[in-house]
Amino acid sequence: MSFASIKSLLRSATFRLALIYMVLFSVSALVLLSFIYWSTAAYMSRQVDATIDAEITGLAERYETDGLRGLTAQVGERLSKQQPGDSTVYLLTDNNYRPLLGNINRWPQVPADTAGWVTFRLGDDVSGRVHSARARAFLVRGRYHLLVGRDMYELQSIQTLIKRTLVLGGVFTFALALLGGFMMSRSVNRRLDTINRASREIMSGNLNQRIPHRGSGDEFDQLSDNLNNMLDQIEALMDGVRRVSDNIAHDLRTPLARLRNRLESLSMQPPGDDQARREMVEQALAEADGLLGTFNALLRIARLEADARRAGFAPLELGQVLADVVELYEPVAEENRQRVELVRESEFTLVGDRDLLFQAFTNLLDNAVKYTPPEGLIRARVYAAGVSVCDSGPGVPEREKDKVFQRFYRVDSSRSTPGSGLGLSLVKAVASLHDLRVRLTDADPGLCVVLEPVAADSAPLS
Amino acid sequence: MRILIIEDDQETAGYIVKGLKEAGHAVDHAADGQTGLELGAAEPYDVLVIDRMLPQLDGLTIIERLRGAAVTTPVLILSALGEVDDRVDGLKAGGDDYLVKPFAFSELLARLEALVRRAEIEAPVTRLQVDGLEMDLLSRTVSRDGRDIDLQPREFRLLEYLMRHSGQVVTRTMLLEKVWDYHFDPQTNVIDVHISRLRSKIDKDFDTPLLHTVRGAGYVLREY
Repeated sequence: MSFASIKSLLRSATFRLALIYMVLFSVSALVLLSFIYWSTAAYMSRQVDATIDAEITGLAERYETDGLRGLTAQVGERLSKQQPGDSTVYLLTDNNYRPLLGNINRWPQVPADTAGWVTFRLGDDVSGRVHSARARAFLVRGRYHLLVGRDMYELQSIQTLIKRTLVLGGVFTFALALLGGFMMSRSVNRRLDTINRASREIMSGNLNQRIPHRGSGDEFDQLSDNLNNMLDQIEALMDGVRRVSDNIAHDLRTPLARLRNRLESLSMQPPGDDQARREMVEQALAEADGLLGTFNALLRIARLEADARRAGFAPLELGQVLADVVELYEPVAEENRQRVELVRESEFTLVGDRDLLFQAFTNLLDNAVKYTPPEGLIRARVYAAGVSVCDSGPGVPEREKDKVFQRFYRVDSSRSTPGSGLGLSLVKAVASLHDLRVRLTDADPGLCVVLEPVAADSAPLS
Repeated sequence: MRILIIEDDQETAGYIVKGLKEAGHAVDHAADGQTGLELGAAEPYDVLVIDRMLPQLDGLTIIERLRGAAVTTPVLILSALGEVDDRVDGLKAGGDDYLVKPFAFSELLARLEALVRRAEIEAPVTRLQVDGLEMDLLSRTVSRDGRDIDLQPREFRLLEYLMRHSGQVVTRTMLLEKVWDYHFDPQTNVIDVHISRLRSKIDKDFDTPLLHTVRGAGYVLREY
C-alpha cells in the first residue's frame, strides 16, 4: 500500500468511524480485563491474609492454653510437616528479636504497618528467582515475637500470568478491531468509490453514464437508484431546455432576419421618398413588436411554470370569463362569417387569476377563429366538469396532440398561417397553475380543447 | 404639461425625455430616488413617471412618501416587474397607472395624457360631446347630428371611453383594461374589429370621420 493510499484511507470517514469504534472497543475490553485482573488478584491476596490470620489465631490460642512450650511444639510440628514446596513462613523470637524457632533466620528489617502486616524479601532460591513474603507479626504476651507469613512467589507468578494473558488478550482485541475496521472501511470505501467514479464521469459531461447497481437492495443500491432517478430527471429536463432553446433560436431567426432585411432596404432607400421610408420604418417596428410579444409570451409561460405564485387569485366563475372572451371575439367571427355559440350548462367556480384565464381563453378563441372555415361553427361550453372550446377546423392529428403544447410547436398544415406557436403552451401553463388539465379531443370535424380539474374523470363531450 | 421622470437608466431616461419634449411637454429628469422625491415634492408637476428600481430610494417608497406628504400628482409607475402582484403592489402604494418595460413610447404618452386628463375632470358628467356626436350617460343614448345611433352595451362603453379621452391617443391595451376590464397585452387584432364596427356606426353615414387610427399606437376620437 502506497503512502498516498494510506493518507487517503486516514482521511476517509468510514475509516475514522472504524477507528473510533476500535478505540471504544479497546477501552471497554481494557476496563473489563482490568476488572477481571483486579478481582482475581485481590481475591487471592485476601485468601492469603485470611489463612495467615487463622494461623496466628490458632497459635495464639495454643500459647494461651499450653504456654511457650505448647506454642513451640505447635510451630515445630508445623515446620516438620512442611513439604518442600510449601511456603508458609514461621519465626518465633524473643523480646530482642533473637530467633528461637522458625524457617527463616532473621526478623525482617522492614517496619510493619499498624496492623502488623509486613512484606519483605525472602532471598533468592536456587534458580536465582527473587522470593518475597507477606507476613504478620504478633507480640505474644509482651515477651515473644511471632511472625507468620507466606512466600508470595507462587501467587505472584499466577498474578503475573493472569496479567500477561490479559495484556496479550487486549493486544489481540486491539489488533482484531484494527483489522476489522480496516476491512469494513475498505469495503464501504469501495462501494462509495464506484459511486464517486461514476459521478465524476457524469460531471465531466457524460450524462448518459449511470451509477452501477449491485442488486443487493442495500442502502448503497438505494442511493444509486435515487441518484440514477435524479440523473434521468435532470437529463429529461436538460433535453427539454435544449429543445426549447433550439426552437427559440430557430423560430426567432425568421422574424429577426425579416427585421434586418427591412432595416437594410431602409438604409438603401434613396432620400426624398418620405412616404416609403415611413412605411418601411413602420414595418420594421411591427416586426420588432412581434418579436417583443413573442419574448413576453415566453417569459410569461416560464414564470407561470417556474413558480406557482397565486397572489392575484380570487374566486371567480369561469363561465363569465369565457362569456367575456366570446363577446370579445364575436365581431371577429362575424367578419369571418363564422358562428359562435356559447353554452353555459352550469356554473363553474374556482379560485384563480381572471386576467390569466382570460388570456388563455383568448388564445383558444384566437385559434378557433383562425382555423374554422367560413360558415363553420365555434362552440364554447361550460359544464359541471369543465370548459371546452370546439372549432370545426382541420383538427390536430392524433400523434401530434401532445406536441402542440410544446413551445413553438406548430402542426405542419398550419405553418403558413400567422402565429407564434406559443398559444397552447400558455394555455397549458395557465391551466396547470389553476390545477386544471388540458385535453385535446376530436370534434369531427375540428378540435375540442377541454379544460377540466386534474382530479376529474374524463368528462362527457358533446 | 410638466412632467418629472425618475429613472436611473440613462438610455431609457434619455429616450423618454427626448420623446416627451418632442411631443411639446416640459420634462425634468432625476436619476436617483432621493433627488426625485425632493423634486416631486417641491415642484408642481402635472404627472410623475417613476421607475420601481432606483438607487437610494425605491419607486414605491417615493410614492408612499409623496402621498404621505399630501402630494396628489398622478403617478405612472414604470417597471420591469410585470406580474399581477407587482402591479397590485404598485397601485396599492399610491400609483395611478402601471407600465411594464419594455414599452412603446406611444403607449407611455397615451397613458400620461389619460392620467392628466383624468386628474382634470373631477366633476361627474352626464353628457359627453365631440363635434356633433353626443352621448347621454343617464339615458344611455348616443346621437350624431340629431340622428340616434343604436349601440350594443360594449360598444357604448368603448365609445364612452374614447369620448372621455377625445383628442388623446388611446392604445389597444388601454382599451382592453378600461373597457373590458382585463389586464393583458393583446397580441391580436381583436380590438381593431370592435373599433371598425363602432366606426361603421358613428362615421359611416357622415362626411367627416371622428374615429381615427393612429398607426403604431392606437386610436383617437377628435373633431377634425
